[in-house]
Amino acid sequence: MLDRRRAVKRLLADRGAMLVVSGLGSATYDVAAAGDDARNFYLWGAMGGAVMIGLGLALAQPQRRVLVITGDGEMLMGMGSLATVATQRPRNLAIVVLDNGAFGETGMQASHTSGGVDLAAVAAGCGIPSTLEVTDEGGLDRLARLIHDADAPLFARVRITADEPPRVLPLRDGVALKLRFRAALGLS
Amino acid sequence: MTTADATAWSDRVFAVLKRGEIGQIGYVPDAGHARLIELSRADPGIRDVVLTTEEEGVALAAGAWLGGVRAALLMQSSGVGNCINMLSLARNCRFPLLMLVTMRGEWAEFNQWQVPMGQATPGVLKLCDVLVYRVDRAEDAAETVEAALDIAFGGELAAAVLLSQRLIGRKRW
Repeated sequence: MLDRRRAVKRLLADRGAMLVVSGLGSATYDVAAAGDDARNFYLWGAMGGAVMIGLGLALAQPQRRVLVITGDGEMLMGMGSLATVATQRPRNLAIVVLDNGAFGETGMQASHTSGGVDLAAVAAGCGIPSTLEVTDEGGLDRLARLIHDADAPLFARVRITADEPPRVLPLRDGVALKLRFRAALGLS
Repeated sequence: MTTADATAWSDRVFAVLKRGEIGQIGYVPDAGHARLIELSRADPGIRDVVLTTEEEGVALAAGAWLGGVRAALLMQSSGVGNCINMLSLARNCRFPLLMLVTMRGEWAEFNQWQVPMGQATPGVLKLCDVLVYRVDRAEDAAETVEAALDIAFGGELAAAVLLSQRLIGRKRW
């Protein structure tokens, strides 16, 4: 099992021009803690929407890598979007689920992944061609390479410990987040 | 309404979407959208995205806009209820959003299970800060969609066009 902050920092090191969408709650704090960037789109709500925002973005920007980082609870709410992603097969989209088996933001209540739901198996069953289970530093290194090199949609479940590091709160104004993200892509 | 009539207004609406530079179309199928879906799928300039639930489309459109592409969503009125919380994404970030909604539960509805959400649809959209337009006559469809498209992408606002059940026609059983 991995420390969530160290894992996200590792995945975002040498990110290049990669675009990042973070699911609400701890995933947003983890991405912010790794270093703020105009090419991060932090969600503070819209639970269940992270993967679909990543898909719309990946289809719109096929020359750039797009990484969605979210938690198990957020992914469970939008599980159908894995079927939609598999159907579209964007080659530039990677989905990383930080799985601590709990709804961290609301008091660490057990989530379905604690009850045996295997999100990587769900992704594979939907038809996402490459799925990974990451439990150690070696797996993390491999995933860090794949999110830049994969030629098909990628899904990774990263097992993290169920702790709550201090919150790192990024920009919360949705309009400002949108405008600076688009400006970083050269869009007016 | 005959199939030929439905084809004619759908073709004009599709031409509006093309002129409006729509590059992604997300949809949960409905018989009333069949022609638009067929045209979208056949057009190499449009990425058609079949969704498992309509709220996925609200998030898809947000991602598309972040990447510089305009999206439109096609759904039935029952799907509007599935979008409610995700519409807060469009509202908070002022993402442009264009929804074309075929209505059920209002005109000669055979299936009463469609009535509650169909009747609630315009009110739900307004409560979520979505501008609501309605089309009852085929000759108004393209112009109304164009008006909604202009305000959605010009003003970075959410707009829905309700295509009435009378326009779509009675469902044949």
